[in-house]
Amino acid sequence: MSDRSVAHVIAGRVAARLAAGEIVNLGIGMPTLVADHLGPDQQVFLQSENGILGVGPTPAPGAEEPLLINAGKQPVTVRPGASFCSSSQSFGLIRGGRIDVAVLGALQVDGRGLLANWALPGRPVLGVGGAMDLLVGARRVIVATEHLTKKGEAKIVEECTFPLTGDRAVDVIVTERVTFEVRNGGLVLTELANDVDVGWVRSHTGARFDEDLVSVAASLGSA
Amino acid sequence: MSAVHPIRTVAKLVPAQEAISAVRRGSRVMIGGFGLVGTPLTLIEALLGSDEARELTTISNNVGEPGRGLGRVLLDGRISHAIGSFFTSNPDVIDRRERGLLDVTVVPQGTLAEAIRAAGAGLGGFYTRTGAGTLFAQGREERIIDGQRYLFQEAIHADVALIRAHRADDLGNLVYRLSARNFNPDMATAATMTIAEVDEVVPVGELSPEEIVTPHLFVNRIVLAEPPRV
Repeated sequence: MSDRSVAHVIAGRVAARLAAGEIVNLGIGMPTLVADHLGPDQQVFLQSENGILGVGPTPAPGAEEPLLINAGKQPVTVRPGASFCSSSQSFGLIRGGRIDVAVLGALQVDGRGLLANWALPGRPVLGVGGAMDLLVGARRVIVATEHLTKKGEAKIVEECTFPLTGDRAVDVIVTERVTFEVRNGGLVLTELANDVDVGWVRSHTGARFDEDLVSVAASLGSA
Repeated sequence: MSAVHPIRTVAKLVPAQEAISAVRRGSRVMIGGFGLVGTPLTLIEALLGSDEARELTTISNNVGEPGRGLGRVLLDGRISHAIGSFFTSNPDVIDRRERGLLDVTVVPQGTLAEAIRAAGAGLGGFYTRTGAGTLFAQGREERIIDGQRYLFQEAIHADVALIRAHRADDLGNLVYRLSARNFNPDMATAATMTIAEVDEVVPVGELSPEEIVTPHLFVNRIVLAEPPRV
């Protein structure tokens, strides 16, 4: 399965967790794909850190508006009822608790739900963007990440060795194989793809976790 | 609304080269934009033609894109210190930093925007949850408020702000277009001298008072945007 189809499996599963009326911020990279998986009746309001509330679908080729981009600097559209604001107002509402759900990517996320997604150890710090603000400000944080790195190492680890994005734990971790919820400072396996067993998850996850399986997701092959 | 009041206009409209003379050697300069959207490209072009604009400290979210926008000013060796939130996408920043030609200060984006807003609002700084418990907290004053850790951030002021708006009126009132607003209204308030690059200047009264985002008192000079050179 290609990287892109893995990303779409994850994005689809994240989209299923969003409720109508919620204000949702999608981080750059894979989280941006969540927008493509929102159903027509699933009216969420997408906020973009560069000052948009009401982001719409990707424009058709040739219909891009050069002055209308999302946080990943890709062309977007806006829906009826959208509004623009300044950067300080945008981050004011982010830190101020007005975002219901932030979907963030991860380099590592650990058994306590702590997230590392902005820097590598020993490397110069060259960018953080809005990740730290979203982590402290959003009411719920969903991490959308591949289960393993490209080298096949677990991205869900006992304790992050990469620099943390903040001291607040995320709420949900969605990979192409599983969903973990963070409860009482630990991970709980709540969803499993139907072509994966718990043994695989245990051997490919660096953190310990409890099981409370409530649903079986479609297999990767059907994606 | 048919009455036209004889308001005396101030001649803020000047050529880009003249406006940019406010940027001196060692100036602290804010440049609006998120990526290249909302970036004053005509003013940046003028900056590249200035003899004085060197050893600059820039305050901008990104340093443009590689070789584009503010990225050109970087490659021209005019920036000695870049303050912003996300330089990861510009390899020229990494290269110049490694060669010791550039100091880099990375600030979380919301903290950057608020520090600029604070400077414009006469505040010395503020406490934010953002960055608490991270590498970014090292060497910063920390304070517990209501049981949560907060970091102190000083206001960020500049000598000159180069901003991009859509339309100005003769007084310098500004309106913005789409997502090109971003940092521009904040930066307009936070510098000793604000220069606004716009697509069009209209007579006073043509902009509705309700649509004006930046009132004219923040705007010192207006420059007309030139079509981008390919």
